[in-house]
Amino acid sequence: MLKLIASRLLQMLLIMVVVSLLLFLIFDSDKFKKQIAVAELGGFAVSALSEQDYEAWLEKKGLNVAFYERYAKWASGVAHGNLGRSFEKNEPVLSLVAERLTNTGILAFWVFALMIPLSLGLGIVAGMKEGSKRDRVVSFVAVFTTSLPEIATAIIVTVVFALGLRWVPANSSMVNGWDWRQLVLPVMTLVLYDFGYVARMTRASMAEVMTSQYIRTAVLKGLPYRRVIMRHALRNALIAPFTIIVLQLNWLLSGVVVVEVFFQYAGFGKLLLDAALFGDVYVIQAATLVAVCVAVVSQIISDVGYTLLNPRIRFG
Amino acid sequence: MEIPVLECRNLSISYYTRQGEVPAVVDFNLRLMPGEAHGIVGESGCGKSTVALAIMNYMGRNGAIVGGEILFEGRDMRTMSAEELRQIRGAKIAMVYQEPMASLNPSMKIAEQLAEVPMYHEGIGEAEALRRAEKMLVQVRLPDPQRIMNSYPHQISGGQQQRVVIAMALLSNPRLLLLDEPTTALDVTVEAGIVDLIKEIARTTGTSLIYISHNLGLILETCTRLTVMYSGEAVESGDIHAVFDEMRHPYTRGLFNSIPLPGADKNSRPLVAIRGQLPLPHARPAGCYFAPRCDHFAAGVCDHRPLPMRAVAEGASHAVRCARFAEIDWAAATLPHTPREKVLAGELVLSVEELTKHYTVESSGAFLVGARRTVKANEQISFAAREAETVAIVGESGCGKSTFAKVLMGLEDATSGRVQLGDLDLANLPVQSRNERTIARLQMIFQNPFDTLNPSHTVGAQISRVIRKFGVERDPEKVEARLNQLLDIIKLPREFAHRRPRQLSGGQKQRIGIARAFAGDPKVVIADEPVSALDVSVQAAVTGLLMDIQRDNRTTLLFISHDLSVVRYLADRVVVMYLGRIMEKGSTEEIFAPPYHPYTEALLAAVPIADTSVRKRRIVLSGEIPSPSNPPKGCPFNTRCLYMMAGTCDAIPPPQREFAAGHVIACHLPRETLLAMEPVISIAPA
Amino acid sequence: MAGFLAPFRQPRRIVGVMLLMWVPLTLYVMFGDGLGGARFYVLMPAIPATLLLYVLAITSWRESPVALIGATLVFFWLLVAVLVPYLPLVDPNKPMAPFAVIGAVRNDHLFVLGADFKGRDMLARTLWGCQRVLVWGVSATMVAYVVGCLLGLIAGYLSGWWDQGISFVSNVLLSFPVMVLFILILNYLGPSGFNIVIAVTFASAPAIMRIVRGITLDMKSRDYIYAAQTRGEHPLRIMVFELLPNARGPIIVDACLRLGYTTVAITTLTFLGLGLQPPDPDWGLMIKESAKVAMLFKFSYMLLAPALCVSSLVLGFNLMADGLREMSLRD
Repeated sequence: MLKLIASRLLQMLLIMVVVSLLLFLIFDSDKFKKQIAVAELGGFAVSALSEQDYEAWLEKKGLNVAFYERYAKWASGVAHGNLGRSFEKNEPVLSLVAERLTNTGILAFWVFALMIPLSLGLGIVAGMKEGSKRDRVVSFVAVFTTSLPEIATAIIVTVVFALGLRWVPANSSMVNGWDWRQLVLPVMTLVLYDFGYVARMTRASMAEVMTSQYIRTAVLKGLPYRRVIMRHALRNALIAPFTIIVLQLNWLLSGVVVVEVFFQYAGFGKLLLDAALFGDVYVIQAATLVAVCVAVVSQIISDVGYTLLNPRIRFG
Repeated sequence: MEIPVLECRNLSISYYTRQGEVPAVVDFNLRLMPGEAHGIVGESGCGKSTVALAIMNYMGRNGAIVGGEILFEGRDMRTMSAEELRQIRGAKIAMVYQEPMASLNPSMKIAEQLAEVPMYHEGIGEAEALRRAEKMLVQVRLPDPQRIMNSYPHQISGGQQQRVVIAMALLSNPRLLLLDEPTTALDVTVEAGIVDLIKEIARTTGTSLIYISHNLGLILETCTRLTVMYSGEAVESGDIHAVFDEMRHPYTRGLFNSIPLPGADKNSRPLVAIRGQLPLPHARPAGCYFAPRCDHFAAGVCDHRPLPMRAVAEGASHAVRCARFAEIDWAAATLPHTPREKVLAGELVLSVEELTKHYTVESSGAFLVGARRTVKANEQISFAAREAETVAIVGESGCGKSTFAKVLMGLEDATSGRVQLGDLDLANLPVQSRNERTIARLQMIFQNPFDTLNPSHTVGAQISRVIRKFGVERDPEKVEARLNQLLDIIKLPREFAHRRPRQLSGGQKQRIGIARAFAGDPKVVIADEPVSALDVSVQAAVTGLLMDIQRDNRTTLLFISHDLSVVRYLADRVVVMYLGRIMEKGSTEEIFAPPYHPYTEALLAAVPIADTSVRKRRIVLSGEIPSPSNPPKGCPFNTRCLYMMAGTCDAIPPPQREFAAGHVIACHLPRETLLAMEPVISIAPA
Repeated sequence: MAGFLAPFRQPRRIVGVMLLMWVPLTLYVMFGDGLGGARFYVLMPAIPATLLLYVLAITSWRESPVALIGATLVFFWLLVAVLVPYLPLVDPNKPMAPFAVIGAVRNDHLFVLGADFKGRDMLARTLWGCQRVLVWGVSATMVAYVVGCLLGLIAGYLSGWWDQGISFVSNVLLSFPVMVLFILILNYLGPSGFNIVIAVTFASAPAIMRIVRGITLDMKSRDYIYAAQTRGEHPLRIMVFELLPNARGPIIVDACLRLGYTTVAITTLTFLGLGLQPPDPDWGLMIKESAKVAMLFKFSYMLLAPALCVSSLVLGFNLMADGLREMSLRD
């Protein structure tokens, strides 16, 4: 067990190093340096800049040294909790990312809080009797909602609940302070898109368990149906959905980008996109590393959880 | 009058599929009295397991009982409510399944899975239930019940799992115990232990048994009455001795003719296979389902229904479903024996000297670097095979026979030793480094018919590839001619060349596998359990074919098998292996007669034989086969050996004792003890 | 009917018909400007090819209603893609009547689906909008599949260092949230159709590689692979002729699903400004352009029309995948 976690952590560290190196390599190109210059000095000023002045500007910004030197400097900064400053917003990256991450965290919390019971419940009910009417209804709804791209779901819920029924605002930028009503549509969009996938996986897992021979054994032992489901089936059927749900964290970091941009929600995904479009190198680096970190940690949790839940592996 | 424990009257069961209703069992009758043990025997697809599940009233989503009734202690189970059924299941009728591992819940400890039976049926407390469970584990003779109670199913061996399932079934003293192929997934020496336990249960508890099996020998050992099923219906039923000695249905007789009983011999009394194959459920003939395969078919008599079960004599319990049983001369020599000349072995073709194969596996430890362990898959294997000779390699799982085949074929390198084919040493010559001629000279037939052919390509394409690859022929017309010739040899129609594997039956696939192996005129063919996955009647046909081709080509056959009956029938010489080592080797006669290695002796005693005149000594090994990654010190067999001498057998590897030229036993026992052994099998005069 | 279709059911001919549909469409969309006057005629052979493929699909998938509905949705858009130049539609890029609502008549033109904020006809834009996402989506998925299958076969069959290396690279790529990876790559390469193909390959090939590797590992221990090994076949031949054909079933199902993902990805990226570029119509682009100005119920058609169209295409791919999986499990 310890070995598993240790090797996974080691792998994660390796991945983070590779990723951050890659990022530095990418953003070391002249194109991006120029982009930063344009962003800071203005396009006109940059085009008027002589070669020498540009070099001087680069030196002032510390951009003229080889990328590995910058990498070493940046890495030691990271070790001391200093992620650099945002070029665009002129703020420390750390506090910027932390603030946005908190906002996305709130979003994610509600998404998971609604999605987990909904998808597990529907998936189990559908999988208990494969081919039944309930199963077919759940399966159809699940395929249907997962087939709607988030952008389409976002548009549909906005048109219906904000523009049509006027129950909630269509914009979630929260410019006038925190407003939970503005959270409704982003959460709804993400839940609608995601629950179907998890419900389908849960259903498949439950259906497989229900056709297994040990469930037949349990029924033919004369156990009450409740006991067969609750004690014999669920434990085994929920192993796969558990890992899938944890891995949804990774997916959510993708999903929030479009939802946050569409609803103007000041979260992590929007930060990432804005930084990318602006060329705000340190912000992109920090955000990407955070995203990769979350993804890898969720993978470790899912692996470890799978092992813990599955005695066949735990004591294998 | 005593009420039968179970009675099936005109039971019919169907499955509903996309093709519509498929009858799985038709007009099935059974009367089981208290304390009786009834066998149901038949090949795969005959509906025997469906009967068992119907008795439990567990038909799945697309199955249904469409006619007849099932009376349990006089009450029709079809009219019972779900709650009544639940109270009977597991309490009055209990079941033991074919695959013990799959039948136990992988995420629950054994203790809980056992204890819940009395807790839910008798409402007793958990502590009391656990106490009963542990007591029951002792009764099914499991060592260290405390440890087993606290284990998960995957932590104990297959034989132990099956004992747990049996204990689970017995916990509430059922009136009826259904056993559905309970030993099929187990090794033969482990099987013998389970069969012994089942016999003891039947004797001591008075529980009625229904024992379902494809193996006639097992039925003979465990039951007093039996029903033979074919294609969804019972064709013969009665007292076990009546059916075994005076069978009155052509199918039953065909079945007995196709299994290698001790009297059979490949030269003087070859097996006779039932021709054709089992009809698909929706393509059954109009009259007798066996008619197309029957030698006694008579138009106008056998091709219409109704065809009821009829008693062979007034008032007899022995009944058959055959319109002509009274007209057939059962005493006549039904076996169209065509004795053949014995093939004389030629010169030495293959010799294996001190072949050793070790693997290193990394075991998962608690630390970052796992401990490395060595699996000794093969240890000092030596034997020789001559032209046109059949050498059988016999052993149970973990004996290293598959590894041996891989080394021979060049898929694995030997750790040490030599494999001499002609003047070439193959031990460290991987297949990529062998030339085409060498590869073609050494070919293999594989075990699993469903795996042996590539499902994506036609049969013809797969054989043609071999013909071209080995350079037998290059010209497309000649390749096709050779392909047709091969199809003729394996007695399949030529148009099969255009079929894909999924359109063939298991036996047909195995035939194609044989054709593929012989396409390049091999000198040596390794057959890895080529018939073990096939039904008995098909087995006989495929082995017969294999032996014919071998005889015509004077090929050397290395026949890997766990089935001693088949080995006795077709092998010239036998090598007995256990945990990677040779225990005994010699000619077939020497192996099957004393002196024996203690393992050979136990193996012989474990094989069930479907012949009422055969007497066997009772030798039941305890325990399980140890893991090859952690074999016992000294003689690998010492942990289970009945002659174990502490201090010697568990410390020093056994010496090789030669009893005749080529007959070698690796054992510490003194020569005299080995020589004084009595035969395991004797045939009582009829 | 069945007799007429029979000759087309051979795998080789089906591939031929697919190419007859696909090559003109790709030429038209990717290299349309280079074709000059010939551009108008390029799509003509694709029309019968698409119809034939649709008929083949619905006749062979009769058992699965789910697959039928899916195929109908997908082929509807394929047909629109090859037919749209020949339909009586106005120029989708011509500004005519800004904010003309559904059913409005302006300048003697009936705006069936209204007009967008620049006054361009929504019906024309919506129908034209399927071309680019279909062509780029399918191309990107195909490239990702070729790369992924190759790597998966190598990693699974050759194992050892090959597997270690390939698996590590894919683990690195898989630990990026997909959208982050897309944003990084497209930001670096610049937004364009070809770069979308590259980005999709980077994002999807590792996942495809994992699937193919898993199937390969499972099949590697089958006897027919041993049989090929024991007759000394070259590893490459074993991978391509013995392993790959048997992985066909799961690969096709997964490919349908992935076509859906890619369609979503392209639309989303275009919405974020990192994908296809104006002025030619595309569903993602239409959403992007209208998102700020259409926030009134009466103008919501500007967003709903492209959103529903892209949804129907993705739904089509997903239902097709579902139906195919169901059918493959039956036999």
